[in-house]
Parts: sequence; structure tokens; C-alpha cells
Amino acid sequence: MEAKKIIVCDTDKCSGCELCEYVCSIFHEKTVNWSKSRIRHVRIEPTFDIAIACRKCEEPLCIKACPRDAIISVEDGSVKIEKDKCNGCGWCIEACNFGALKLDWDKKVVFACDFCEGQDGPKCVEFCPYDALEFTTLDQVGREAGVKAFKRIIEELE
Amino acid sequence: MKGYAGKFLRVDMTTGEIRTDTLSEETARKFLGGYGFVANTLYNEVPEGTDPLSPENVLCFWTGPVAGTPVPVSSKYIMGARSPATGFIGFGIASGGPASELKAAGWDGIVVTGKADSLKYLYVQNGQAELREAAYLKGKTTWETEEMIRSELSDEEIRVSSIGPAGELLSCLANVTNDRNRQVGRSGMGCVMGSKNLKAIAIRGTGSIEVAHLDELMELCSDLYKRCRGPATEKYRVLGTPANVLVHNRLGCLPTNNFQKGTFERAEECSGERMLETMVKKVMACPSCPIACDHINVVKEGRWAGAVSSVDYESLELLGPNCGVSDLGAITKAVELCDTLGIDTISAGVTVSWAMEAYEKGLLTREDTNGLDLRFGNDEAMVEAVRVMCLREGKLGELIADGSARAAERLGKGSEFAMVNKKLEWGAYSLRSLQTATLGFATSVRGACYLRSGSYQPDVKGLVDRYKLDRSRGKFVFDGENLYAIIDSMIICKFTRGIYKDNEEIASVINLVTGWDVTPEEMIKTGERIHNMAKLFNVKFGAHRTDDYPPPRAFDEKMYDDVSDGAIIVREQYDEALSGYYEERRWTEDGIPTKALLEELGLDVSLGV
Repeated sequence: MEAKKIIVCDTDKCSGCELCEYVCSIFHEKTVNWSKSRIRHVRIEPTFDIAIACRKCEEPLCIKACPRDAIISVEDGSVKIEKDKCNGCGWCIEACNFGALKLDWDKKVVFACDFCEGQDGPKCVEFCPYDALEFTTLDQVGREAGVKAFKRIIEELE
Repeated sequence: MKGYAGKFLRVDMTTGEIRTDTLSEETARKFLGGYGFVANTLYNEVPEGTDPLSPENVLCFWTGPVAGTPVPVSSKYIMGARSPATGFIGFGIASGGPASELKAAGWDGIVVTGKADSLKYLYVQNGQAELREAAYLKGKTTWETEEMIRSELSDEEIRVSSIGPAGELLSCLANVTNDRNRQVGRSGMGCVMGSKNLKAIAIRGTGSIEVAHLDELMELCSDLYKRCRGPATEKYRVLGTPANVLVHNRLGCLPTNNFQKGTFERAEECSGERMLETMVKKVMACPSCPIACDHINVVKEGRWAGAVSSVDYESLELLGPNCGVSDLGAITKAVELCDTLGIDTISAGVTVSWAMEAYEKGLLTREDTNGLDLRFGNDEAMVEAVRVMCLREGKLGELIADGSARAAERLGKGSEFAMVNKKLEWGAYSLRSLQTATLGFATSVRGACYLRSGSYQPDVKGLVDRYKLDRSRGKFVFDGENLYAIIDSMIICKFTRGIYKDNEEIASVINLVTGWDVTPEEMIKTGERIHNMAKLFNVKFGAHRTDDYPPPRAFDEKMYDDVSDGAIIVREQYDEALSGYYEERRWTEDGIPTKALLEELGLDVSLGV
């Protein structure tokens, strides 16, 4: 099986423009409504920004929490909400450590990131003007962190 | 009608009544939004002779058609009222969450009249609004107010526009802050809020924003986002607006020591380059902005350790070099005080520099300055003067709280070096070494304004001899004002003006959002209509030619510095340039629109000549 890819956010680059939220709602809902975005921008004043979407947890707490078994695991590691079963109780939202699920105020059902299934990768990543978002594997994130750390050591030694 | 919500709120603070009004398509087409709506509302609804601080003054909050859409840097709103600072049209535009949030809540704007009997705040949600008690927010800073309202209502996504203590204390120069770092800065809109006992407007919306042609708009926006990362905006992204410090210093147009000079010997110490290296912790963006210009300074060490603020060129320059100050820590602290206590940084800087000059000239003694040694270059005194100005503390606070023009009136001396037009403080561009700019600033409807026409551009770009004036300069101001009226009515950020290929592309943004079919020519005509509407408001409140002049220093004193030594504005040349501008505008020699022009623009002709 292919290593799972998630959306990671470089908090040094994220400036809090929220265009990821605009773009997400436009491509999923065909309208502008950032409250229906699958990715969520969080700002902690004065200088911290991050955008968070589904982390594809190995043992998704949202699935465990759902009393109606409305959330199922998909092969790529993401989750799918079966709209007929979901009654919008929101336990999954409480259970998720990242605030990656949201309640649709109009349809009264929960929704989560589908990584723009069927598209050429997530639209938020494609549109992020700051290149803060990346669609990548955790292995790759670790490797890049290692390279960065090692480069710093080399610089210091030189 | 796409782009717009199609309705707005009317709030009567006296009775507490809140009702919905409809935005007609005719008004939308005629005045577009933002600045246009402010001019239209104020001209029609503020009764003749209304005192700016009376319940009859109208305070409006408007968005434009693009707020809440993916158009780059479009989450912007404007607040307007008869200005307590100038007595003419007052308004200020801010970026940030409240704009898109209001649209998502289903409203294009809010029109507030009356005065509440105790401090209140307005809470706007999807399709509804209520006035709530704000006694617990009395005396709180803008940053505290934002947090306390979110905490009271248990919703972190609420966007807040609020006033600080200075607004509550009715300083003519009080601003309105949202998202901590963005301000409706100029002409005292925070003072009008204070006069109505309105501490804040809190907004939360979750609705959808409809645009006419979403797919085509996204196609264009996708390209515009890329251009926002290109050379047209590089200056704003890398150094931010403080990049101007060294540029203007080289050109001899960096106001120094209350505009006496155009160069500052310690400019390097407070340059954008130095700030990025030593102060900037993070560069942040407003919602929908692919540029990010907001350079957040965090002072790590020294006297001002712990100070945090977003520092732009105007604030840095006027609280810095114009007060003879180069310490970036002190400047960051002064901006933080202005933003949290609630006074416009531009007016604060120029007012403190006025007090410094008055002190050095012996017009003020230590007895008048709360004991401060208020000479140019004393950074501690500058910061303390800003603080007492915001809080009306002591003799100095009482003297300068309402700006330099009123301070000179109170003192009975020093009006010849109060750097104002229409009693509002001048922006951070030197008068005598950027003379086209001066014409644009002095003729601007809101007073001493660099944002109405960008009239410094022909000077800075070397298209004209910037040390002289002639009749032809009016054309630059005229063209700039008409286009900027559109930018301010859509409302989009002026920092994106360079990413559009031409006016046709700007018109296409309007058309894709609204579904209209406006030509670039019609669009510019709308800009002309909007600007004339704003001017008519001023005429209604007694504007004449004499209101369109720079302060006396421009004509009476030569500059002394290395680059612009001896520069002065020749009065006859200014007279001629002003007449040229009026002629271009088809106004009379007294600056009054002609009836023929007003009729052509579809405006009320009763005040025309």
C-alpha cells in the first residue's frame, strides 16, 4: 500500500490569509462559505498561524466516538461520513484532537477533508499563496526535518 | 443582485431599535459600494449643520461587492461619518475579518444614528443583530475588548471592530481597531463611535456569499494570486511599507523634525531593512490576501522589551524621524499604545512633533508638558506624550488630545507649524520636495490625505519636476482620484493596484462578481461620480477654495537638508496648480462643482453653481 499523504502546514510560512478556506468551500460547495471549509485556519495572537485538516490518524478517534457508525475508514487513510447515518450529534468533533471535523449548519451533518478525491491533489495546497501547505507523507516530513537539522549542524561546525 | 447581500442594518442607539433596509440595485450601480456608499449615505442623511458629536450624526459601516469573495485582498470595510476632526466628510478603510464576516452574516452595511444612554456594543449574526451592555468593557483597550467579547459570547470566530479609551474620551483623532492590527485610522471615526456610546461592533456570519460567475472568477483569481507573489508587490512582502524610509531619505522627502527637513541623519537605524533584521517576528496577512504586508514587531530587549505591534511606514516615520526618533523599540511601543488605546498613529506622530517644536521654540515649558523634556529625538518623551495624548492625562494630554490644529488654538500660538490640512495631520510625505503630492493631499476631501489619489507617484517616479508646480498637475490628481474612488468602493487593497493589467481587468472583476456588464469607461465615470458626491458633502458643510491649501510652512519656510535644500512652494504656482485641478474637475474657481457636471453625473444639482 502506498504511504498515506496528509496536508501539513509550515507555520513559519502560513500568514493566516485563509485562502485555503475560501478555495476549499468553492471547490466542494460551489459557493464561497469558509464555515464549510474542510481545512481550518487557527490564529493565536500575536504571531502564530496554522491551517489544519484531517490527519488520517492510525486509529481515528472520530470513528470510535460515533455512536451510529456513520464514519468509516477509507483506503487512503481518510474518513468518510455516511450522511444517511449521521445525525449531527458532534461527538466526533469533540473526539478529534485537531478540530478537523465540522458540522454543516445547513445540512446538519458532519463533514471532513476528502483530500479533493478524484482531483490532482488537494486544492488548498495548490492555491496556498505562501507555499505553507504541502501534501506529503509523514516519512517525507521527518526526512526533511532531519536534513534541515543536519544542515544546521554542518553550518555551525563550519 | 450578486456580490451584495442586498440589505443593511439601521441601528438607532437612542431608542435601541434595529431594522433592516434594502440596498437597491440602482444605488449599487450608481455608487458601487464602500466609499461610494459612505458619500451617498452621508450626503443624503446627515442634516445640514449637524454637530459631528451629536446623536444626529450618521455613522456608517459599509462593505462593497467583492467583500467575502476570493478576489485578492477584498475583505475590507469602510466607516464614515461627519468628521469631528475636519468638520467635512470623515472615513477610514480597514482590512480584516469584519468585512467578509458581515457579508457572510447577510448584510452589506450598518447605518448607526442616535446615542445610547450607557455604553453598548452591537452584536451582528446571521440575519439578526442586538445591542448589548458594554459597561464591563469601559476603559478597556481594543485588544482586551476583542478578547473579552469573544469570551463573553463563547465564540473565538467573532470579529470585532472596537474603540479604545481615546474613543470613549472623545478624542477627535480616535480610531477603530479590528483584528488587533488593522485600523479605521483617520478622521476620528472612533470619536463618533464614542459619542454614540458604541464601544464595539462584533460580527459572526456563516452564510454563503454568492457571486455571478464563480468559475470564471476563480480562473482570473488564480492568475491574480500568482501576480500577487510577483514583482508588483515585492516591496510590501519583503520589507513591508517601511521600505520607504531609505527611499524617501535618499529623495529628501522623509519628513524630519515636524517637516522642517527631508532627510534624517539616523534613517538607517529605523529603516525597513533594520526593522526586518531586528524586530519583525512574523509577517501576517489579512483574510483573502496573498501578499502579506503586516510586519509584526516584537521587541525582545531593552527599555521597550515586550512591546508588540504591526508597524507600517506612516506610523514608523511620523512617530520616528518626524519626532527625531530612530529607536525602533520606542516606535513599536508608541504604535502599540496608539492601536490599543485608540488613536490614529499618523495624527499622533504629527501632533507630538508639533508639541516638540513648540517646546523647542519655548512656546511650551516643562510645566505644560507633564514635566517631559519634549525635545526632538527624546524617544522616552515621545512614547509618554503619545500615552498621555490617548488618555488626556495632565496638562499635556488635555492640550494635544485632539490634534495639533486644536492644540495650537488652545495655546493661542504655533498654528503656523501645525502640519495639517482641514485640521487633519499630514501623511509622511514632505510638502516642499513632493509638490504634486502636496496638491493631491491638500485637495483631498478628507484632509491631508495620501490615499485619495496617490499623487506622490508622478513626483517619486520622476515624471515631473517635483520641486515645482504648474497648471498641468491637476490631471494627475484627477485621474488618481477617480480610479482610487473605484478601488475604495469595490473595496480592494491599494497594494493590489499594480497586479491588474489595466482598468478593463478591474472592471471584469466587478462584472464577474456582480453579473453586470460595466465598461472601463463607465467604471471611471462612476469613480468621478463618487468623488463628486464626497465633495458635495463638504460643500454642504461649507467647503471653499481656502480649505484646499497646505499648511503655511509650505510657502513660508525653506527646507534645509542635503538633498532638498532651499525647497519651497511658490504660492502663485500653487494657486495656478489648484485652479488647474478645479478646471480638470469642472469645478468653479472656489472649488464648487458646476450644475452641468452634477447633472451629467446624475447627482443632486441643488448645491452646484
